[in-house]
Amino acid sequence: MRKHIAATVDVARVAESVRSIPDVAFATDYRYMCSEGGQTLLRQAVKEHGLSRIVVCACSPRMHEATFRKAAKAAGLNPYLVEIANIREHCSWVHKDKEVGTAKAIALAKAAIAKVRLNTPLTAGESPVVKRALVIGGGIAGLQTALDIAEAGYKVDIIEKSPSIGGKMAQLDKTFPTLDCSACILTPKMVDAAAHENITIHTYSELEKVSGYVGQFEAVIRKKARSVAVDRCSGCGLCMEKCPSKKAASEFDEGLRTRSAIYIPFAQAIPNVPVIDREQCLKFQADKCGLCAKICPAGAIEYGQEDELITNKYGAIVLATGFTTIDPVRFGEFGYLHHKDVITSLEFERLTNAAGPTQGKLVKLSDGKKPKSIVFVSCVGSRDTTERGKSYCSKICCMYTAKHALLVKEKYPDIAVKVFYIDVRTPGKGFDEFQRRAVEEYGVEYIKGMVGKVTEEGGGLAVHASDVAAGTKIVAEADLVVLATAVTPSSDARKLASMLSASIDTDDFYTEAHPKLRPVESPTAGIFLSGVCQGPKDIPETVAQAGAAAVKAIGLLSKDKLLTNPCVAHVNETTCSGCLACEKVCPYGAITADYKQVNSKGLKERRLIAHVNEALCQGCGACSVACPSGAMDLRGFSNKQIMAEVDALC
Amino acid sequence: MQIREMEEAAEVLRISTVKAENCMQCGKCSAACPAGARMDILPHRFVWELMNGRVSLLAKSGTLWQCLSCFACSARCPRGVDPARLIEAVRLTVIRRQGANSINVDELPQVIDENMPQQAIVSALRKYNK
Repeated sequence: MRKHIAATVDVARVAESVRSIPDVAFATDYRYMCSEGGQTLLRQAVKEHGLSRIVVCACSPRMHEATFRKAAKAAGLNPYLVEIANIREHCSWVHKDKEVGTAKAIALAKAAIAKVRLNTPLTAGESPVVKRALVIGGGIAGLQTALDIAEAGYKVDIIEKSPSIGGKMAQLDKTFPTLDCSACILTPKMVDAAAHENITIHTYSELEKVSGYVGQFEAVIRKKARSVAVDRCSGCGLCMEKCPSKKAASEFDEGLRTRSAIYIPFAQAIPNVPVIDREQCLKFQADKCGLCAKICPAGAIEYGQEDELITNKYGAIVLATGFTTIDPVRFGEFGYLHHKDVITSLEFERLTNAAGPTQGKLVKLSDGKKPKSIVFVSCVGSRDTTERGKSYCSKICCMYTAKHALLVKEKYPDIAVKVFYIDVRTPGKGFDEFQRRAVEEYGVEYIKGMVGKVTEEGGGLAVHASDVAAGTKIVAEADLVVLATAVTPSSDARKLASMLSASIDTDDFYTEAHPKLRPVESPTAGIFLSGVCQGPKDIPETVAQAGAAAVKAIGLLSKDKLLTNPCVAHVNETTCSGCLACEKVCPYGAITADYKQVNSKGLKERRLIAHVNEALCQGCGACSVACPSGAMDLRGFSNKQIMAEVDALC
Repeated sequence: MQIREMEEAAEVLRISTVKAENCMQCGKCSAACPAGARMDILPHRFVWELMNGRVSLLAKSGTLWQCLSCFACSARCPRGVDPARLIEAVRLTVIRRQGANSINVDELPQVIDENMPQQAIVSALRKYNK
């Protein structure tokens, strides 16, 4: 339970019992140490009692270490002469018994006092900031973040793994609850980004490697071979027309249409330059054809093109890797593989899109005829704690399902529309009103209950479901069944997370530095989060978060120098044996080795010595634990300090 | 009386080891149940009534005997609740109370009809051989 400290710790007794410890000149208790009053108390105490070290027994150093260091600095002390004893998270929150809590708080205070005796003044160093940001992902989240950063006057590179920017939003038909055309509001942003002087877009590109640290990241970008020269191609489309290999499933149309081997994913694609899918191309597969090269009026086809590696330095990196949806094949009961007329919501978006494979005409995929009845199934894989699904609510499905149902009814009032749901979740401006409109004005039938199976019956589909409110089982006829499949993070999320040491949760969503107070920052300094890669959200929320991530990145880029943490590792060269156990455990690649002349017990010799790059070191301490001779030590957390703490505790 | 019934329900839940509180009443179990059409209390409601302590209602229900123990409900449940196990727990409680009515394995060959599905024999043993 998150109780306040005094509920389980007798703070007056803690102050009383440490007062008699040698070197303690002054000890007191105060109700709100982090308040202005508390800090004044601290400054006055330093002055009145001539204090040279301070121990604050309060909450976690993660919360207020910086506050108390500042207060110490204001009192004329080196800020690193302050120690925090965490008597909240480590003590009052975990104890119920006040006696036990008080005893532990006293022990923690004693340990901190033992450590602070050995604290030495430290000075933070400085490191420069590269004034350029890297945005990973060219969907609406990445585009918005890049535009905002670029508008502030900083250079931004966007990398997008598919051949065009635009992401999932480009595939959508209308947006809820206003029913704006998705492409109509997205494409101007795509054009803005492409035309912006501060933005460089690398499509068909992936991040290969990242090294460095906040302000000084170095990224290697793999620009995959497009096989078409971007600067020469005019986008006339002749190659796509003549290409004889036209059997590949269009990714953009969710496989509802085929495309040629040389293709531009969609009409408004940026860049408007095709790419050759080498898996499908006859030239690459059988060394035949070569038609596109022959007919290209600009001579832009380059079969010999190879992947290009670009290395650049960045001050900040924004993750905007977006999402995909769960594979409905996992849920055999819906028969997605067996019935052509069982489709996903994203396929439905393409099916009702005027730019889609049917020019927006709603048809059954089995026979091309207009459906008479449609059943929508929500929560396919969402709120599912078994190994088949995802335990979270995908957040957007209730609204887009209501949108689909309403749009069907608006276009074809004669089609019967049923929605099966567990709960209808519509928090958002105008959202509930929108869903109710679908029911009240358009006559969409909402049935509380889930679908157990979908079977084929009499040429159509039979949806076996339950009506929980009525307590009965029902069988609904349907010509089309639409599955609202769960939102899942992009399949690259985990790989990128380990590349950037950005933390990730069990569902592969990136975790934020603090769920309430730092929602757009990764715990790793200099990495920011934008859009669904952090958690399911709709377009307005994505745009808002993208802007927030941009502001955080701008805040970083606007600084010329960053203060570095002085609590880094250093080597005692006379005791280092050069075994390099430290190098093996360092997660940041901060340790290297050099041959050096050392004076060892009067013997001058040249030998291998570990060397710490202080700019890369994050002060984790792994090396100081691994070092067999104790030559590696961490400033601010030296082996002696840690041992003094342990001795004070037991 | 009501308190005793609540206690009994808690005991059935405990014996079953099923986490009924994970149920969100989505009705997927009932939708998946092949015998649901003949049940007076569908699986999702069975879970609900048990959670609310109404064991005597469930003890009288036809559902206990219509359940095929095919476990489709448990396989499909998105929350890992296992309604079949709960039905079985109540069924066993009832059977134990009735006393000596279990199947004698030696008598089985005479009573088995050639067309009887194997699943029914297996589930009959589950139901009556404890």
